[in-house]
Order: sequence, then structure tokens, then C-alpha cells
Amino acid sequence: MAELDRSPRLPDPDAVFVRLVRAHRDLSAEESRRLDAALVLLLANQLGDAALLDRAIEAARAAVLASPEAP
Amino acid sequence: MPTTYANPRYSFRPPPELATGEGRARVVIVGAGVVGLTTALDLARHGIASILLDDDDTVSFGSRAICWSKRTLEIYDRLGLGQKLLDKGVTWKVGKVFFKDRLAYEFDLLPEPGHRMPAFVNLQQYYLEEWLVAACEASGLVDLRWKNRLQEVSPRADGVGLEVATPAGHYRLEAEWLLACDGARSTVRERLGLPFEGQVFRDRFLIADVVIEGFAMPAERRFWFDPPFHPGQSVLLHKQPDSMWRIDFQLGAEADPEAEKEPERVRARIRAMLGAEVPFALEWVSVYTFRCRRLERFRHGRIFFVGDSAHQVSPFGARGGNGGVQDADNLVWKLAAVLDGRAPESLLDSYDAERIPAADENILHSTRATDFITPRSEAARAYRDAVLLLAKDHPFARAMVNAGRLSTPHVYRESPLSTADGEAWSGGPAPGAPAIDAPLPEGEFLLGRLGGEPVLLVFGASAPTVAGVRILRLPAEGIAAERWDARPGTTYLVRPDQHVAARFRTPDPAAIARALERMWGRTSETARRAA
Ligand SMILES: Cc1cc2nc3c(=O)[nH]c(=O)nc-3n(C[C@H](O)[C@H](O)[C@H](O)COP(=O)(O)OP(=O)(O)OC[C@H]3O[C@@H](n4cnc5c(N)ncnc54)[C@H](O)[C@@H]3O)c2cc1C
Repeated sequence: MAELDRSPRLPDPDAVFVRLVRAHRDLSAEESRRLDAALVLLLANQLGDAALLDRAIEAARAAVLASPEAP
Repeated sequence: MPTTYANPRYSFRPPPELATGEGRARVVIVGAGVVGLTTALDLARHGIASILLDDDDTVSFGSRAICWSKRTLEIYDRLGLGQKLLDKGVTWKVGKVFFKDRLAYEFDLLPEPGHRMPAFVNLQQYYLEEWLVAACEASGLVDLRWKNRLQEVSPRADGVGLEVATPAGHYRLEAEWLLACDGARSTVRERLGLPFEGQVFRDRFLIADVVIEGFAMPAERRFWFDPPFHPGQSVLLHKQPDSMWRIDFQLGAEADPEAEKEPERVRARIRAMLGAEVPFALEWVSVYTFRCRRLERFRHGRIFFVGDSAHQVSPFGARGGNGGVQDADNLVWKLAAVLDGRAPESLLDSYDAERIPAADENILHSTRATDFITPRSEAARAYRDAVLLLAKDHPFARAMVNAGRLSTPHVYRESPLSTADGEAWSGGPAPGAPAIDAPLPEGEFLLGRLGGEPVLLVFGASAPTVAGVRILRLPAEGIAAERWDARPGTTYLVRPDQHVAARFRTPDPAAIARALERMWGRTSETARRAA
């Protein structure tokens, strides 16, 4: 079964984080939501692996549902 | 309002049982809708008489089904109505999906020529039903009883007791078999207390049938997401015969159905769409909500549920009526064989084994389309809009645009009647799949040579001798051979409903005979019991 690689794979993680946040500058809440959705769709297609995508969805849900208090 | 069609009124003829109070019949069909009429006609083509009860005295009223799929057209061709559908109906195969005012996605449902039937024909349901009534009457085997309402149902081990109400009084019928074709609000289902559960969609849709003389719009399916003339909602446009157009406006969940039906309000919506200069006349207006659900099982002893009584879908994909006609196609040859004593009763269990997965496929596609068209959360809407925005430049997103996946026949992959492939194939219809049409010499078509009875389709070689099956020989080269992945000797066993039961690279009479036994539901188990 496909496994999600949880180790750090990006050489400059801080820069990637900033880039993702910056992609939302000047967007309304609705546009922002669409942008995230478009990004996920593009990346899911690039991944090209529905089983692996399922693992990522599970991991994301687990992370969000495990923290009742906001960070 | 209607100007293009006047519903016929069929007269009530007092049935003979009114005098005696009761009677008997081998097959009773409840509901002379499109599915009940098709079932009765197909039974008649197999030489089986039936009594067909309907509580009304006319055909379908107003805006209902218009899109008949290729497979359904092929079934009607087998029943003798194919040419009429082609002559009167509007043929189409291209669908276009727009987002705001630009094209997002386009599909062609039948890009190759050489099929007798097109991808789709649009025709108002009432025409089809009217022709079915005439064909049933002409067959001499359908006792069509208008204004006969089924009221009570008593299932028994070897039949079904029925109580029927007519304008001239009540009577009782003892039926050996009951086919419940009584639609989404089925009396039979209700009397048996069977749950009919599934998903309800909250969005309302306004359906308007409009006459537009000389409207310069191609015969294709057009769908808009969030068009400038109906912001925030979707719109669907279809061409019908009689210069009629079907326009389907999504209204949202909060719409007031009565207010939305006001002719002036509807006219304003249509003017916004067509432009003020295009004259039109309103024929029908209705407001609908949709649901997707099915019965847990379609066979209950001597009772079969066929069509909307068994399953309901949303109209995105035209899977309701088409699915029901394909139920009838699946059931009738089996029931005819059992009634004639040619097959064991257990053959009838394959109706559930084959048509429940078919209904699930239809429900899956029509649910997905409805979810895409009517997103139910902010997240769903964001993903939907993102797909539409990406579609312009990204082919992968185009494939996700779901404005309805149009009806295709189900492949009976897990059918107990099929014999699994034992050799290598690189194409052609697999066991369980419907036969593929191809042109034959002298303007004939392959499907015209199949159907009603089992056929052994043999390519090239001399045919093996197998009892109980008609042989059709075709050359091992040409379009048919290509579509069926045939080499000299390739042999297909095709069922009476034109689905493939088995196929062989080298015809071995014993293997073919075994596949034929299996197709009739005579597994080694039933054969042993019979012996
Ligand atoms: C707006 C709209 C658009 C659609 N478009 C399409 C489309 O394009 N393509 C498609 O394939 N499908 C379409 N459908 C679905 C299609 O119309 C139905 O699936 C189809 O009519 C089902 O046929 P049926 O014979 O099972 O039921 P029905 O057509 O409902 O017929 C049932 C019959 O049973 C009779 N009856 C009921 N109870 C009794 C009783 N107790 N005793 C005697 N008689 C009784 C009724 O009078 C009726 O004649 C559409 C539906 C709608 C609403």
C-alpha cells in the first residue's frame, strides 16, 4: 500500500511556507478558499496516485481533528 | 398552455372479471408508464400474454423524460420502434459545458460512425408511450386496462392476489407473476411495506418547455455553470422535436415553487437567457426536487420491481427512464423462458444480481453529478469553482467537470450467467457487456441480426454444431471483426438481450454448450436437482 513520506523533503521549508501564505495576498475569503482548492487539485493530479492522496487526506484530517483547541 | 401535443384519452373497457368478480392471469403488469408498456411489448414479442393495469387513461403528462440513450434505442429497435424514434426524434451526440460565458468542456458521446443508433435521441416521453400503446394493442397479446387501479396485493408462494378498482366496480385477480412498474410512488412497494431510502437533494429546479420557431442553436446538450443570465446557478438546454426546447433552471434550496411557476416570472428568466428579440411560447412549466434511492432487492418471490418503482435517480445523466427500459430488457427474456418451461425459476434471481449493480451505477453517477451541480458546503463549492476555473487551461480539470455523466449500459461483470474468459483478448465486448454494433453489407447492422433468442456469433470459420442456439456467421475481417477483436474461429455467445454471455478463440462445442446452460441459469446444481 502507498505510504506517505513524513520526513522533511524540501530543502528550504520556511520559504515554501511563506510562498503558500503569500499566494493568498489580496484575496477575499472566498477567493482564498478557491485558491487552496485549485492548488490541491493541481497537486493531486501531479501526484497521480489516488491511494496516496487518501493517505494524505487521512493524515490532514487526523491532524485537524486531534487538536480541539486552536494553536 | 400546450399547443404541440394533445394527450390521447383511452377508453375504459369493463374487464370480464367484473361480471364474475375474479379471474386468473399468468402475468400482470401494474403501471402503463414507459417501463410497464415496454415490458408488456417485449413479453408479447416473446409470445407471452399479459394484463397491463393503469390507474389513468392517458400517456405521460407534461415535462418528463426526453433523452433516450443509444442502448435504449437499440432495445426499441429490437421491439420494432427504432425507426420511428429516429424519424421523429432529435439526434445528438455533442455536449458543451460553459462556465460563466465561456466554454469549459466539450464531449462527443459517439465519435465513430457505423452504428445503427446514435448516442442519443431527444423525444418527449408522451410520444414514445403513445407508440408503445399502439404497438401493445397491435400485438394482440397485451390486455391494456385503463382506469384500473391496483389497490391490494397479497403475495403467496406460487402467485400474487390482486384487488383492482375500476369506475364500474372492483374485481380480484390471481396472478402467477406480478411486475410492479407503478413508478416512484409505487402502490405495490407501499403495500409490501418495503423501505425506499436514499439521498434527497434540497435544490429546486424549474423545468420549462418552450416553443422557439427557427431557433438557430445546434442540436447538442448545453450546460452552464453560473451564466451571466442566471448568476450563481446552473442552466441546462436541450432540443426536442416540434421546435420545442427544454430549459432547466437551478433555483437553489430557498426558492418558492409556486412563485417560480408564475408565467411572467418564467418568461423573464427565459428572455434573460435568449435575448429580448427571440420570440417564444411557453408549453409546460414545473418545479422539481430530486432524489436518489433504491429498494434493497428488486425480486420479492413472485413480484418484480421494474423502473422507478425499484430505483430513482436525479435527471442529470438521463438515467431514470433509460435504466428502467434496460431493467425490462433484462427481465423479460428470463421470465419468458421460465414461463415456457425452458429455464429454471432460479434464472430469475439473476435479475437482482444484474440490475442492482446497474441501479447502483446509475445512482452513483447521478448523485455525483447532482453534488457537483448543487454543492452543499462552502468547501464543496470552492472545489467545484476551482475545477471550473482550471478547466480552461488544464485538461485534467476538464475531466472533473461533472454536469451529468450520460446514461451508458451497465456491464454485468459479476453475472452468474456469464462464463469467464479463458483466453487472451485485447478488445471486443467482454462477458456481461452489451453487443457492439457494426455495419454489415447491404445497409444492415449487426445488432439487427441479434436479439430475442440466444445467438452464436462466429467469425470466419465454419460454425460448430450446438443445439438450442441460432448461428450467425460473419467474415473474420472488416469493421465488425475489428470491434469484436475477432480472428478466424472467434465465437461469441450472445444472450437474448444482446449482452455477451461467453466468448471463445477456438470454438469447442462442449464448452459452448456449458456456457449456454449457464446462460439459462442451469448451473450444475440446478441440473442435478432437475435430474
Ligand atoms: C423532469 C424530468 C426529466 C426527466 N428526463 C429524463 C430523461 O431525459 N431520460 C430518462 O431516461 N429519464 C428521464 N426522467 C425520468 C423518467 O421520466 C422516469 O424514470 C420514467 O418515467 C419512469 O418510468 P416508469 O414507467 O417506471 O414510471 P412512471 O412513468 O411513473 O409510470 C408509472 C405508471 O404507473 C401508474 N400507476 C401508479 N400506481 C398505480 C396503481 N396503483 N394502479 C395502476 N397504475 C398505477 C401510473 O399512472 C403511471 O402510468 C426524467 C424525469 C423528470 C421528472
